[in-house]
Parts: sequence; structure tokens; C-alpha cells
Amino acid sequence: MAGMSLFRDDGVVLRTQKLGEADRIITLLTRQHGRVRAVARGVRRTKSKFGARLEPFSHVDVQFFSRGEELVGRHLALCTQVETITPYGGRIVDDYGRYTAATAMLETAERFTENEGEPAVQQYLLLIGALRTLATGEHDSPLVLDAFLLRSLSVNGYAPSFGDCAKCGIPGPNRFFSVQTGGALCPDCRVPGSVVPSPETLVLLGALLSGDWETADATEPRHAREGSGLVAAYVQWHLERGLRSLRYVDR
Amino acid sequence: MYEGVVQDLIDELGRLPGVGPKSAQRIAFHILQSDPVDVRRLAHALNEVKEKVRFCVVCGNVSESERCRVCLDPRRDPAVICVVEEPKDVVAVERTREFRGRYHVLGGAISPIEGVGPDDLRIRELMTRLADGVVTELILATDPNLEGEATATYLARLLKPMGLRVTRLASGLPVGGDLEYADEVTLGRAFEGRRLLDV
Repeated sequence: MAGMSLFRDDGVVLRTQKLGEADRIITLLTRQHGRVRAVARGVRRTKSKFGARLEPFSHVDVQFFSRGEELVGRHLALCTQVETITPYGGRIVDDYGRYTAATAMLETAERFTENEGEPAVQQYLLLIGALRTLATGEHDSPLVLDAFLLRSLSVNGYAPSFGDCAKCGIPGPNRFFSVQTGGALCPDCRVPGSVVPSPETLVLLGALLSGDWETADATEPRHAREGSGLVAAYVQWHLERGLRSLRYVDR
Repeated sequence: MYEGVVQDLIDELGRLPGVGPKSAQRIAFHILQSDPVDVRRLAHALNEVKEKVRFCVVCGNVSESERCRVCLDPRRDPAVICVVEEPKDVVAVERTREFRGRYHVLGGAISPIEGVGPDDLRIRELMTRLADGVVTELILATDPNLEGEATATYLARLLKPMGLRVTRLASGLPVGGDLEYADEVTLGRAFEGRRLLDV
């Protein structure tokens, strides 16, 4: 029949919503099509063959059936076949701290990809990398979350500065920090409401943004906590509506 | 569009889960054509359920009195509590006829993305029930999906210092099915939870 097409893509399940008696609407962040919502029929029945594969955090290879020429169009596509690539859910849900951090990641990824069907490869790769790191448990979950949040801001064009002054560019370290102005500020550029975080906190945040885990892992908990607070404030500022799951993160 | 009360009825029915505008119209006309006695019985049942049914003060299950049938039954073992998400789950476990203990209904599962945290569930009430030391085993029977597992993990961590026996319902293959049709996640869990056959 005309106007029907099949698409195949791999993606991470961000969210599932119940639909009718036994179906679900699955929100995925895919490699080629960005955020996609699709209907998975009958997945809530115990006999469903792929219900278990479509749980949040799962990295899956999906075949979609669309009634239009595009994957994202007037009608929601259907998930017709699903294969697991990596079921991150199992390793994540075993640890409550990991679960809450990973949930905040999914919500962030969803919020940074508001336009469905628009490719967001960097965001996709960041999410896969962060879930993989979290599942191995090699770094503290709040640190993995903060690194993910900072890099998500960065790939979406909101990279904060933790060294050079965000206004005049004078090389760091700089003492002041302002969420509204984009990060670290020198004494000349400081704005009202600037905070003065400890220098170690700014070093940590810079390390998380650049992927210097050696420095990040060696940070004292109090600096990590202060860093988390700044990252949360920064993300909330740029996402307008706050992230719901951030306040449930178990630190 | 119909006029007045007929449309009101269709609108009200249309708000029920799984009832679309067409079904609502069909049910409305069925009611219009039914015997007045039948309709009155339906109306009475609707009123009664809202008036009489409340939640058990102990376990949170639906009940017609202050305490539910299970909590009042002296034959039920007070040392074992089965923790479930919804009253519907109590019915499901009761159907097995395997469980002789009591229940605790949480009222949902932890889902930060939906804004549901531990404080929104009846966890504090559960801790209160455990305070007197009568309970020795807790069976975590939350749903075998992500939110359910996360809730079980959270509870297990919370309960650890209390020295209770905390068990999680097994996950695995549906009885009467074929192994080859099982998905790898479920089959993997069945392997993890395998048991020793002692014959």
C-alpha cells in the first residue's frame, strides 16, 4: 500500500506510558531520528515477546512501521520488532542511587530533544556513554550524572565555563560564578547574585566537563555536593521548566 | 451532539478508562432502553461504592470497615507481610492461595520522572508496622518492571538494618510456555533465580 514505510534504528528507551488495555507508548532517543514516540502493542501482557525489552534504560534495535513517508508524522509509528543490544536496566536498578541518577539522565535527554524526528546524535552518544559508565559502577553515580548534565548542556550550545571568565574571557581560575551569565566570572565582570564556590569545586566541574575522571574521582564529597548544586541550578535555568526527577536523586 | 441529559450521560461515560465517544454513546443508549429497575441498581451500586469503600488503616487495601478482611482474620500469619503496589495486586496474590500472611499496599511505585518519590508511598506506615517486632519476613511483590524493581531495591536498603528476612518475588518463565519463545531479559532473570532441585 502507498504511504507506508518501515524504519529501523537503534535507541535508548526514555519513557513508557500505558495506552489502553495492554499497549504502551514508548519514547526513544534514536541514533538517526532523534526522539521518537511509537506504540508497542500488547507489551503489558505477560505473554508479550518484547515487553521486557522495552523498559526504560534499555538500548534496543527497533523496527518501526509508519503509516506515512516519515517516521515522525501525523500518526504514531508502531514498534513491530525489538531486539536488545544492551539491557542497562538490570544493572542500574540494583542500586537505588544509580537508578535515580539514570532517571534524571533520561529526563534530561528527553527535554533536550524537544523536536521529535530531528537527529540528535551527540545527545544520543552521550546518553549511551553515561548509561554504560553508570552500569559498570566505576565512578560515583552523582558524578556520572553531573558529567552527563554538563556535557548535555555543552552539546546543546549552553556550555558553562569553569575557568576563563564567561564574559571577558580572562583566563581562569576565576573566583565568582553566576548561573545566569554562563559560569565563572572575574572580579571586574561579576554580576549581582554571583556566588563564590570553593576553587576545588570549579576544578571538579571543569574535570567533569572535559572527562578528566582522575581529578573528578579524587574530589572530596563536600566539593562534589557543592558542584552538584551548581550543575542543578545551571540545568534548571536553561531548561525553563525544571527537571522533575532531579530532586529525587539519591546522593 | 445530543441535547441536555443524554449528552451529559455520554460525556460522563466517555471519561471512564477505555471508553471512547462511540462506546459512550452505545452504553448511554443501552441505559436509556434498559428497565428502570436495572438502572436504579447500577446507580445504587455506584453510590454505595463511593460511600462504603475506604482504605484499611493498617495495610491500605480497599475495605468496607476500618480494617480490611485480611487484617481482621486471626488465622492469617502476622509475622509475614507481602508488600504490593496496588489493591489489585492483593487480589492477584490471594488467587494463588499460597500466601497466608498479611499485606501492605504501597499505593504505587517510585518513579522520579512522574514525580513519585518514596515519601509519596505508604512506606512510613510500613515502617510503623514493623516497629513492634512481630513481623519477621517481608516479601517484596512489587511489579517486575523497572519502577517496581527500583521500589524493591529502595525498600531492601531501608530494611537492611532491621535484620528482617527480606525476599523478592521470583521472576522467570510463565508456566505453560515454551523456553524458545522467552525473551532474553526474562530468561536471564530465570537463570539468576534458579533453585536447587533437592530430590
